Amino acid sequence: MSAPPPIAMLAELTHRCPLSCPYCSNPVALTQKSQELTTDVWLDAFHQAAELGVLQLHLSGGEPAARRDLTELVAGARAAGLYTNLITSAIGLTEQRLRALDDAGLDHVQLSLQGTDPQMADMIGGYDGGFKRKMQAARWISDLGIPLTLNTVLHRKNLHQLPRAIEMALELGARRIEVAIVQFHGWALQNRAALMPTKEQAETAGRVVAEARERLKGRLVLDYVPADYHSGTPKRCMGGWGMVGLNIAPDGLVLPCHAAQTIPDLQFQSIRDTPLRDIWYDGPAFNAYRGDAWMQEPCRSCDLKHRDFAGCRCQAMALAGDASATDPVCHKSPLNAAIQARLAADEQAVENALVYRKL
Amino acid sequence: MTLEANDVPVMPRGVRLHFDKVRDRWVLLAPERTISLDEIALAIHREIDGIRNFEAIVARLAETYEAPTAEIAEDVSAYIAGLADRRFLDIAR
Repeated sequence: MSAPPPIAMLAELTHRCPLSCPYCSNPVALTQKSQELTTDVWLDAFHQAAELGVLQLHLSGGEPAARRDLTELVAGARAAGLYTNLITSAIGLTEQRLRALDDAGLDHVQLSLQGTDPQMADMIGGYDGGFKRKMQAARWISDLGIPLTLNTVLHRKNLHQLPRAIEMALELGARRIEVAIVQFHGWALQNRAALMPTKEQAETAGRVVAEARERLKGRLVLDYVPADYHSGTPKRCMGGWGMVGLNIAPDGLVLPCHAAQTIPDLQFQSIRDTPLRDIWYDGPAFNAYRGDAWMQEPCRSCDLKHRDFAGCRCQAMALAGDASATDPVCHKSPLNAAIQARLAADEQAVENALVYRKL
Repeated sequence: MTLEANDVPVMPRGVRLHFDKVRDRWVLLAPERTISLDEIALAIHREIDGIRNFEAIVARLAETYEAPTAEIAEDVSAYIAGLADRRFLDIAR
């Protein structure tokens, strides 16, 4: 199976973060600061990525602003020719630091929103006063004219705030908002009973997004990640495993997806000792789920196998215990009846306590 | 949306033309999006300087491609309006 060059790279600069959201996409076992890559290794990785064909770089974490060398990393990424996007909670970003990032050529900021008021946002983020600091930073970003996307993760506790989140995107001058129903991996999976939206909520979100897309055409672009458990349709795994993008973890491991370490049999290589090109084209983890030879029934004979790629490998691992299985959220999966029964139970759950992410 | 003669298409900050040397093509880079440009799309983008209005852009392209102005106007309007809907271009009126 030959792969095209990658378009996008997610650089998880650190797992450190002032927030501790219970649906954090970082692995359950977090990397310590002492294991993080140095500035020089990151800068070299950006050059290798650009040479390989990467066009879009997402600087993420944890909270990327926890890295003192963030401005230097942005300047280096731009010098390599990469479109440089900062994915941040904005907590810890001062006006002076934002100016420096602006001067370094930062192309775009994607700002996370945990809730639309301090009560909700600080409860979900697990950080008192976080919302106030975030909104201050959001105004600085807006005043500097740095292109802005709001990114909001919705779940049972905050889904009713979606209309207000869309208004806030307009007030802040954002051109885009990403509306994502929480995806259940890692930390979120531990909190499934407390976060699972009801079927009614999931349908409402779809309606609100469709209405806003029509009403705000040409003003605000809405990207929407629906609730896959409810839809019966699996998500397109990374747009194809090892076909579009890659991820570098804080310690230098190069991953086909941010959750790939939940698949126990995969062997990962490090940017510290193997060229990125070799990892992308020849790495065993990247080749594991390229093409369709690995697929099982019902995917193997399904017309949609090249559209959804059998769904999410990490979700198949988590729910079916087999990363090659059909994603159990698919209505064709033999496990889907059990998933739907559990979904019904989760929706009714009175469980409300959250497990917050921690080192 | 149809463009009017005096509308000025402007490439907003955060959207850049970029030569993708690995794939030997021009692309438009925008937040979370990469759009591959064919020869016609690239020719349109080369005319967008934030000063020239729609009428002037169409006139220049009609001359370059020796094509009827009305036909060019229709194609360029549809292309620019499509990008404006996705916030990859702004229209100054």
